[in-house]
Amino acid sequence: MITRRELLKNTVRVIGGIALPLSAFRIITAEEVLAANNDGTKVRWVFLVDTYKCVGCGMCVKACKKENEIPWDANVTRTWVERYVHTKDGKVYADTPKGARDGFTTTKIDLGMGEYKDIKKEDIERAFFVPKLCNQCEKPPCVQVCPVGATYQVPDGVVLVDRSWCIGCGYCIMACPYGVRFFHPVYHVAEKCNFCYHRITKGMKTACVSACPFGARKIGNIKDLNDPVTKIIMTERVGILKEEYGTKPQNYYIGLSEEVK
Amino acid sequence: MVHGELWTTKELFVYPNEYIYWSIQIVMYPFMTGLVAGAFVLSSLYHVFGIKQLREMARFALVFSFALLFVAPMPLLFHLLQPFRGINVFMTPHFTSAIAAFGIVFSTYGAIVASEIWFVYRKYFVDVSLPLKNKQDKSMGEWIKYLIFCSLTLGSYDVSEESLKRDEKAVKILAGIGIPVACFLHGYAGFIFGSVKANALWMTPLMPVIFIMSAIVSGIALCMLTYILAMEIRKILAKRKKASLPSAHYQSSEEIKGVEISVVRMTTKYLLFFLVFAISLELLDLVFRGYTAVKSWDVLRSVIYGRDFTDIFVLQYGIGNLLPLFIILIPGITIRRAVISVMLILFGVFMMRYNVVIGGQAFSLTFAGYMHYHMPIIPHDWETFKEGFAGAAFIGLMPFPLFCIMNRLFPAFDFESSH
Amino acid sequence: MKSHVLRPLWVVLALVAVVLLFRVFYVPQNFGIGKRGYMYGWHREANVEDWKNFKVKYNGSSEFCNNCHPDKYESVMKTPHAIIICEDCHGPAIDHPVDPPKLTIDKSRGLCLRCHTYLAYPTSGRADIRGIDPAEHNPDMECVMCHNPHNPMEGLR
Repeated sequence: MITRRELLKNTVRVIGGIALPLSAFRIITAEEVLAANNDGTKVRWVFLVDTYKCVGCGMCVKACKKENEIPWDANVTRTWVERYVHTKDGKVYADTPKGARDGFTTTKIDLGMGEYKDIKKEDIERAFFVPKLCNQCEKPPCVQVCPVGATYQVPDGVVLVDRSWCIGCGYCIMACPYGVRFFHPVYHVAEKCNFCYHRITKGMKTACVSACPFGARKIGNIKDLNDPVTKIIMTERVGILKEEYGTKPQNYYIGLSEEVK
Repeated sequence: MVHGELWTTKELFVYPNEYIYWSIQIVMYPFMTGLVAGAFVLSSLYHVFGIKQLREMARFALVFSFALLFVAPMPLLFHLLQPFRGINVFMTPHFTSAIAAFGIVFSTYGAIVASEIWFVYRKYFVDVSLPLKNKQDKSMGEWIKYLIFCSLTLGSYDVSEESLKRDEKAVKILAGIGIPVACFLHGYAGFIFGSVKANALWMTPLMPVIFIMSAIVSGIALCMLTYILAMEIRKILAKRKKASLPSAHYQSSEEIKGVEISVVRMTTKYLLFFLVFAISLELLDLVFRGYTAVKSWDVLRSVIYGRDFTDIFVLQYGIGNLLPLFIILIPGITIRRAVISVMLILFGVFMMRYNVVIGGQAFSLTFAGYMHYHMPIIPHDWETFKEGFAGAAFIGLMPFPLFCIMNRLFPAFDFESSH
Repeated sequence: MKSHVLRPLWVVLALVAVVLLFRVFYVPQNFGIGKRGYMYGWHREANVEDWKNFKVKYNGSSEFCNNCHPDKYESVMKTPHAIIICEDCHGPAIDHPVDPPKLTIDKSRGLCLRCHTYLAYPTSGRADIRGIDPAEHNPDMECVMCHNPHNPMEGLR
């Protein structure tokens, strides 16, 4: 009869044995493995977006670019806002000009290649805005595919990129189903939203959450049951994006619709 | 300007950070590794399975595979935004990533090919270095030659009958191990794409198998092409020598031609077999996608049958696969027809890589938008060179000068000095 | 004499040894498997601190501004614009008034149009905001020439 203690011990031995060559001769102690399994962390950052409240002003994108030093005129961004216009004849139009850095200041939909489509008020069935940012997935495919360990997940759920170790192969960019990653135009390494890690670890809100006048964006700690964000996620009907990829995204959306990509 | 923006145009709804990040060098990368793997498999057909007709080809394919081996990682280095950190793949490999396997598989494979070459050419090294060793007043050039070949022998001068038998056995074992490793080397290149679940076109377990098959096809085709070219040059040389030294014994132009056509005929059979297999797998993949028609099929269909129709059905399948297939199948193959068909096949395999890599990024992750690739043709800075036509052509031509250098160390066409 | 067959193997092993030795010097000491395991936690531990030490730019709250500019703060707090943090228009100000001593205010028309371009989008908060058609409504003028952003309801100036 195997006791639980023995089972744990053996598991630790086996894991340690497997991990040994992988970590190139770094000895894993039983305590380290147990700590990882118990998951003693008290923080797991999640995001909550209310698409009813978003007006597409793009203040979040502006603040994000300035806070995180993403060059203003570079056509990449850590967060962006999408516009969806569902017309009465069943067509869906969507765009995000410059990631909505300057908001949405026209009724014309950007079709790319320099073409625009103006949609009249009376043709619109429903139309709304959806802010996007990194989902800090529980199973981040971008981290799984990094060949050198330059991107990783902190136990509190945030996925970071090590700018001094990234080789710039772009595999993580390819692996992300949400398109949140890009190459930083200055540092030439993979770049992504990290929930303003320097802010949230100091007790501040992310730049985009602070900049949003309408409360469409909220950040919270899902392990804290008293957190208002946690309460909403627990009690209201919220959706996630592209759950079919099995990435377990941790951004929750109120008011998602089937046309949201 | 953001990396990728230069050669990408977007149409309809595309996420703001999406660009064609994997461009022409990532097309070159599986193409070159494919040639490496294919050339090695071809040489192993002789060493392991003892297919005698391939003897001539085998030695050449082995050396050529070694030359290609050094070129294979170059597209990756060109592609990396931090090429000097490329060594991190060896230093802190993260084996949950297909690319991390590169360091291990590639070096293992390199070691196997190098060892095999050593065993094949050991006697030759000894033959070259021994007379030089005993020679008294060596010139500068002879000193260098002596030092190179002396170190190539690894200090082993034993060329007795028994030890040569051992060499032969070692070659056989290494070639045997080499085949799965070569397949793995290229299979994992397919795995790099096939395992990207975010990409609807790439994600299929068939991808590694398709890549291996087309790799062997392209490797055999390139070996045939280079072999024929080399033989043509030798024919010309033979004619010249005959004119200047009629009495000495050299292989005559006719003799060379006789060997050449029989080798080509034999190799074509293997080429044909692997080509049919590769096409079948690719068509199976296509049929399966259309039949199951999952969420992504609408956008995939519009890319495969619409936007990329010419690239896929005309250039890849038509000109690159079916046309050479017919040319080969018509009885009584000649050298000229063989050259045309292997060139078309090489083009077809290249287009297959192109359609996978670029085609996989021709549609957006939104499934509601498209991206178009405009390859930089004329380089005007480092970026447009390495990520453009010029860089790809540079990589594509690199194996030939490298092979010429190696041919001086390991003569691929010498008949007497080795098994 | 021993068999020569294993010689390439010794060469390979020597090369492996060289690589491993180089690795000891090259890879930072704190590189290893973190708490999330090898799949998600293989990284250089010090990088977490690097990110924590990244420079903050936004205070993220108007309370900071209230310390020195209570008049402005109080007046704007009585208006619908109270929901907008000062830094949205005045720019990031974590080190203000030291760096920069004077903030650059975005008074552009484009800033106001982010919310006040009228878009009749049902199921979105945008439709509830009073807005204009930028092509019709004084297209050549800056909004602040007539409207006071700190008190938008006071009427035209």
